[in-house]
Amino acid sequence: MNLNKLSKEKQKNVFSKILEVFKTMASKPSGFIGLFILVFHVLLAILSPYLAPYDYKAIDPTLMLQAPSSEYWFGTDSLGRDVFTRTIMGGRTALTITFFGSLIALLWGGLLGIFCGLVGGRIDDVVMRIVDAFLSIPWILAMLLIVSLLGTSIEVLIPALGFFYGKGIVRVARAATHDVIAKDFIVSARARGHGNMSIIWNEIIPNVRDAILVEGAMRWSWMLLGFSSLSFLGFGVSPPTPDWGLMISNARGLMSFAYWSVIAPIVGLSSLIIGINLTADAFAKALGIDRSTKAPV
Amino acid sequence: MENIIQSIKNLSIGFKSKKGDEISILRNVTTNIKKGETVGIVGESGSGKSTLALAMMGYVKQGLYTIKGECLYKSSNLLKMKSRDLEKIRGRKIAMIPQNAGQSLTPNLKIGYQIDEALSLHTSLNKTERNNKISELLNKVRLPSPDTMAFRYPHELSGGQQQRVAVAMALAGRPDLLLLDEPTTGLDVTTQAHVLELLRSIAKDTETSMVYVSHDLGAIAQVSDRIIVMYAGEIVLEGPARSILKNPIHPYTFGLLKSIPKLSLAGLPGSMPGSQPQPGSIGIGCSFYDRCSIAEEKCKKNSPNLEYVSELKTNVRCFNYKNLEKFNYKISSSNQKINVKKEINQILNLTDVSISYAKQKLLDQIFNKISDTNPTVKDINIEVKKGETIALVGESGSGKSTILKSIAGLLRTKDGKIKFKNDRELSSNLKNRDSNDLRAIQLIFQNPDESLNPNHTVEQILSQPLKLYFGLNGEKLRKNIIELLQKVRLGEFYMTRYPRQLSGGEKQRVAVARAFAAKPDIILCDEVTSALDVSVQAAVLNLLQNLKEDLGTTYIFVSHDLAVVRAISDRVAVLYQGRLCEIGPSKNVYQFPSHPYTEVLLGAVLEPDPDIKPKLVAEDIVEEKPPEKGCSFQGRCPKILGDQCKNETPPWQIGDNGNAIRCHIPLKDLKKQQLS
Repeated sequence: MNLNKLSKEKQKNVFSKILEVFKTMASKPSGFIGLFILVFHVLLAILSPYLAPYDYKAIDPTLMLQAPSSEYWFGTDSLGRDVFTRTIMGGRTALTITFFGSLIALLWGGLLGIFCGLVGGRIDDVVMRIVDAFLSIPWILAMLLIVSLLGTSIEVLIPALGFFYGKGIVRVARAATHDVIAKDFIVSARARGHGNMSIIWNEIIPNVRDAILVEGAMRWSWMLLGFSSLSFLGFGVSPPTPDWGLMISNARGLMSFAYWSVIAPIVGLSSLIIGINLTADAFAKALGIDRSTKAPV
Repeated sequence: MENIIQSIKNLSIGFKSKKGDEISILRNVTTNIKKGETVGIVGESGSGKSTLALAMMGYVKQGLYTIKGECLYKSSNLLKMKSRDLEKIRGRKIAMIPQNAGQSLTPNLKIGYQIDEALSLHTSLNKTERNNKISELLNKVRLPSPDTMAFRYPHELSGGQQQRVAVAMALAGRPDLLLLDEPTTGLDVTTQAHVLELLRSIAKDTETSMVYVSHDLGAIAQVSDRIIVMYAGEIVLEGPARSILKNPIHPYTFGLLKSIPKLSLAGLPGSMPGSQPQPGSIGIGCSFYDRCSIAEEKCKKNSPNLEYVSELKTNVRCFNYKNLEKFNYKISSSNQKINVKKEINQILNLTDVSISYAKQKLLDQIFNKISDTNPTVKDINIEVKKGETIALVGESGSGKSTILKSIAGLLRTKDGKIKFKNDRELSSNLKNRDSNDLRAIQLIFQNPDESLNPNHTVEQILSQPLKLYFGLNGEKLRKNIIELLQKVRLGEFYMTRYPRQLSGGEKQRVAVARAFAAKPDIILCDEVTSALDVSVQAAVLNLLQNLKEDLGTTYIFVSHDLAVVRAISDRVAVLYQGRLCEIGPSKNVYQFPSHPYTEVLLGAVLEPDPDIKPKLVAEDIVEEKPPEKGCSFQGRCPKILGDQCKNETPPWQIGDNGNAIRCHIPLKDLKKQQLS
């Protein structure tokens, strides 16, 4: 019974710690703005189907390229679809795919990095050279290859993005592990006879977790940009699903006389990326990691 | 008043807390530095001594600001000066020597160039004059072959030599005042004694005033004319060195001096309870009230002022310093060690142990053997009896920690056997040891900041060994943890704290508790007190001794501090370059005859007593590698006989009082030489 109380206390402790971090993040203007934008986008992604004034795939040739008006706030596109509807719904797929992609990247990149850092020696050498080799491949070409071979379904996109954005995390996790590994508490755990798994789980992860999380948040915004680039090239989501990358791609030829159909998705995409970036920076600062001195490798 | 170089008036420096309260780190400090005088500022970490020293240069650390008061250099307030004017004073009039010279020298510039830089900035000499000056300076700080030294890089020098270069650079601008912030703290005992002697003679020759900041009363005693004792940001005692050290009338200074282990005394030093209050938590009363043994009711409510005691020429901040004498305390007394009943049973036996750091060749890797003709540690034969404390002593590079790691199974031995309990051989590879052997040998590390996982609570830290070795969980685990905390005199409420919320001494107590959690037979202590403040050190030593008396644990204690070793150990083994020089009962090792190296070490110990001066017998050269053959100490030995010492491994000689000395010189001659 006492134990139950204790573990509950621990949970409460973790919860209050997270709350504390959020409070610190929101106490600075940049962190507050970042968090605000991010929360706004997430809410929009969840609620947009209920908020959208029109059907996102309703084509109407009579309403082609209407300028913004009180009826169509952001105007209409070349097929007469409401740009406002498509813009507020355009982040849904991108956010979902990249969120899960980042989680995968975090998981495999973080674990592999920690493992390499701990084990060292030959295994570390070999693994890191392979990672280096992958880093030297232009990711967008490789992605195009994978997508054209396997298709553009979510089951392909998430792991593929997760893989390509995890390589960088391997390096960060490995470097963070190296900082910890020389400390006496690891030596002490070794001398006690703990196994590698136990050392990773109990001693290393609590100390590198923050650095990896911040790196993961940063990768998320890059992945978002990457995914939108894929859509822009026609390899991401397929029409008529509303997506910012796709919308920019479709409307870019009309930019000179129907600027509204390009600007709305651009603002959507860039504000989300800025929001994530600001949040990640505030997150790092709240955890006491200075990104200005520790640039991502 | 003419000869006052710097005067500090009512200086308070502090910071604003998150709540907006003003918190002072320095409180109302007033003092004068006279020309040609060496002032020692002593205090434990957090007492504000470094903040004071930096303020003397007109520098206030980021986040801090001057609350009130001034720091006058020749009637101009440094703390209000523009940075351009300060540049003219810093380095030229007031110079600073930092703690770690290795980090303050630019690694990719030659020594000569760096001194030249200081010279061209602070003097108007031309190129050739500067070059002459460089060799003159290098000569002055007694660096070997000053002409070639100028063309070396910092990493090619030893720690002591780097510190000398830093001194030379500071002297380049011919300053009136030299500030030294813990200049010898990271150095070896013998090097430390040499550097201090150098500083002393420079102060005398050049009539430079010096402010020497240190936590080490031993070092302060050697250099200072006047001593300022700081506590919680205040000056609590100030006066001539002799009267402070011989007649410390403030209870804090008294306790501090009492808690320093001394060579002349066996037994553990007395410890002071409690710890220094944090800035911001200091109440209206005397800041030492909580720890004071002679405190009265009035000390709680009123803060005493500095009072001048004319017969001792000392300023003291205490209401009833006169009572201190009434209690008839004596500094020269120590806690008696209860001798734990020693069993004759050996618990650990090292025979012919050699350890090599050399990289294995491929062929050797395949055959899984280590071949190195001149290993780092060689021929170590030590028997450890159950229940005793054996100390391994030596300077850095003597292989003492290396041996410890091998016993713990963290480092493979090249040759030799480690036998544990009933002559059972222990593998030097951790993976081949069973869990019971792992449990039986535990380690305590030097720095508790590094040995405790910063992201674990004390509860998590202590539960690791309990879960691993005894599979405890739930209520039982909790009970055991509380028991352990009680053993190291910590309350139950420490369980939920993180290491960063603990003081240095508390952290080390947790580390001790973790080692004892495994119910070990042997505890390996690797410099366990050297990262701690003096008063805390005494407390930890006493704790270790008490635990040993209760539980009969065997300690293998590694330290570079001979006085600490004297206080805690039953037997001492002296190591040089990974070879044993001398081994024997602790009281005998500290008597003559002793190995020439032991003599050098003993001579270099700094005692907080102005009458005991260190004896500098040998040069403080640092040898990188042990010699291929002959005596390990041949390179530095002041008593070297000749070819015999260079070619033949010296024999073990047993002294009359039971200590074994490895030297070619007959013990009789050795004793005669050492006593004269």
